[in-house]
Amino acid sequence: MEPVRVVLAEDGVLLREGLSDVLRRFGFEVVAAVGDAHSLKAVVAQQEPDLVLTDIRMPPSFTDEGIRAAVELRTTHPETAVVVLSQYVQAGFASTLLEAGDGTRIGYLLKDRVVDLTEFVAALRTVVSGGTVVDPEVVRRLLRRPRDPLGDLSTREREVLALLAEGHSNAAIGKRLFITEAAVGKHVGNIFAKLGLPPAQDVNRRVLAVLTYLRTT
Amino acid sequence: MSFDHILRAVRWRRYLLSSWPWRGLAYVATTYLLLPFICFGTVMLGLPWVAAIKSLSEGKALGGILPMLITSAILVVCGGPLVAVPLAALERRRLGIVDKRPAFSSYVPAATGSLYSRYLETAVWRDLAYLLLLAIVAPLVYGAVAALVFLELLLITSPFIVALSREPVAMWFIQTDSVWPALLFALAGLVLVPLNGYVFGFLAGGHAALARALVTDSGASALREVTRSRARLIDAFDAERRRIERDLHDGAQHRLTSLTLQLAVARLDVADGSAAAQALDKAHDQAKELMVMLRDLIHGIRPQVLTELGLAAAVAELAAESAIPVTVTGNVSERLPERLETTAYFAVSEALANVTKHSKAGRAAVKLSTAPGKVVVEVSDDGLGGADPARGSGLTGLADRVAAVNGRLLLSSPAGGPTLIRVELPWNR
Repeated sequence: MEPVRVVLAEDGVLLREGLSDVLRRFGFEVVAAVGDAHSLKAVVAQQEPDLVLTDIRMPPSFTDEGIRAAVELRTTHPETAVVVLSQYVQAGFASTLLEAGDGTRIGYLLKDRVVDLTEFVAALRTVVSGGTVVDPEVVRRLLRRPRDPLGDLSTREREVLALLAEGHSNAAIGKRLFITEAAVGKHVGNIFAKLGLPPAQDVNRRVLAVLTYLRTT
Repeated sequence: MSFDHILRAVRWRRYLLSSWPWRGLAYVATTYLLLPFICFGTVMLGLPWVAAIKSLSEGKALGGILPMLITSAILVVCGGPLVAVPLAALERRRLGIVDKRPAFSSYVPAATGSLYSRYLETAVWRDLAYLLLLAIVAPLVYGAVAALVFLELLLITSPFIVALSREPVAMWFIQTDSVWPALLFALAGLVLVPLNGYVFGFLAGGHAALARALVTDSGASALREVTRSRARLIDAFDAERRRIERDLHDGAQHRLTSLTLQLAVARLDVADGSAAAQALDKAHDQAKELMVMLRDLIHGIRPQVLTELGLAAAVAELAAESAIPVTVTGNVSERLPERLETTAYFAVSEALANVTKHSKAGRAAVKLSTAPGKVVVEVSDDGLGGADPARGSGLTGLADRVAAVNGRLLLSSPAGGPTLIRVELPWNR
């Protein structure tokens, strides 16, 4: 299997080198590691990597460069998976990202997650293989209080949706919640129904369900 | 004895032996240097008015004088401030000769004032009033004093005048051709000299008091200076917090994340269950706890979301973190000046903390809006009410903070609720 080709954007030198090491050790090929959004876009245009991993706060304004670059890359390189690292939870960032493309091949993680290597790398792989990952902390905040149209969901359904938003399959969700995969499927079906997501061929209802949460903030 | 201004010193019995009469003389002398220019203006602009009054008193129509009157009035109103403001500045400096108290101007800070807005300022029109008063009264009073001094000189020099003159000299009601009676005049003149000290003292003192009353603003400006310095202090604190936040983020936080990552990498090469693995796991966990602590610390110093994304995003975060449901509405999407963002954020944060701690409310609402000239922050809840600034230091601190940016805090919290806190911060787009 071809190694996943990654472009890394992080303005802190220490962390950039540390992340490059980690990615190499887990079998990724780091084709470039840059320190700002401008170089990121240039390198992606040149290298066309499988995955872009970018910090949000980068020079010159140290605000949301990474998000803007990621949104742009969603349209210019839809085949490239993008994972952004955020210093703090900002649900607005997550929904901006998810709405930029078709909602797949995208990830929004808190920067602190990178130190849990196994989970971090698993999240990257989920995104590369077409999944969507939203940081559990973001999901936790969004789910903590029932809001319309989420008010109808039961506690169990919210738990299922939380795990769904983290990119888990029905089987994985079942394992986590100690219920059968069939039960998870039933919950997911109920969630879709309660959120008013009709079955359709060309729509990823799992992503739409997550988007519904994000839009209510 | 030390006095802060000449009108106090002049009542002191050793006044004449002090430097104060000389200060008075210096003040009066510098006024004489100014007077020719002022008199020139008075004559040029005043003549039409004199002519007009003469015509009216003789029962004639104004006729041809009217355009000159109008021109003169327009010149005074439009051009007056241009002369009066520099004159007032000079007078405030000159005041120092006879008045040691600080003399501040009472203009609105220049940063907010265009030339046009200068014409709308009370202080500028007070300067003009001073100029007009000086132009009309000063020539008379200073003329009288000049005549007095001239008379004294005449008395003192009278023996010489008589001696040099071949003809009898008329002095007041005495006519003499002898030097001896003239010596009496000279003696009288010499006795009068110390009196000059008092004349200059009262003249300079009176003039200076008028100048102080019209072209300075001691009380209000001192208060304004205190307000400004308070605002500057708060700005300095905010800038410092921001610097600390940035240093911690760019330095400590970054290095700690990198260190924790390295610990995790090191763990990969160590066999599970070994002593080294346990130690590394422990170190990794502690480093992670430290990361959380540091993140909370930085957030407490100054939330990054406020610095980077502004008020609306930061308030949304506050609402999301609150223990009770908080709805946020508002139309403040643009970035406000840092001082306002910090104050408004502080207001919402403090108000929501109060709601959670004291009100037993089921839900709260935050509304951010802009009105002409201000930003309005409203935090309401459906709790018990009865919030009292006198009992909680939170509301007092908030009120202080709001007052420092010239804003105001309005609180409605009847017993039984609901509570509404409204903070208005002055802001011009």
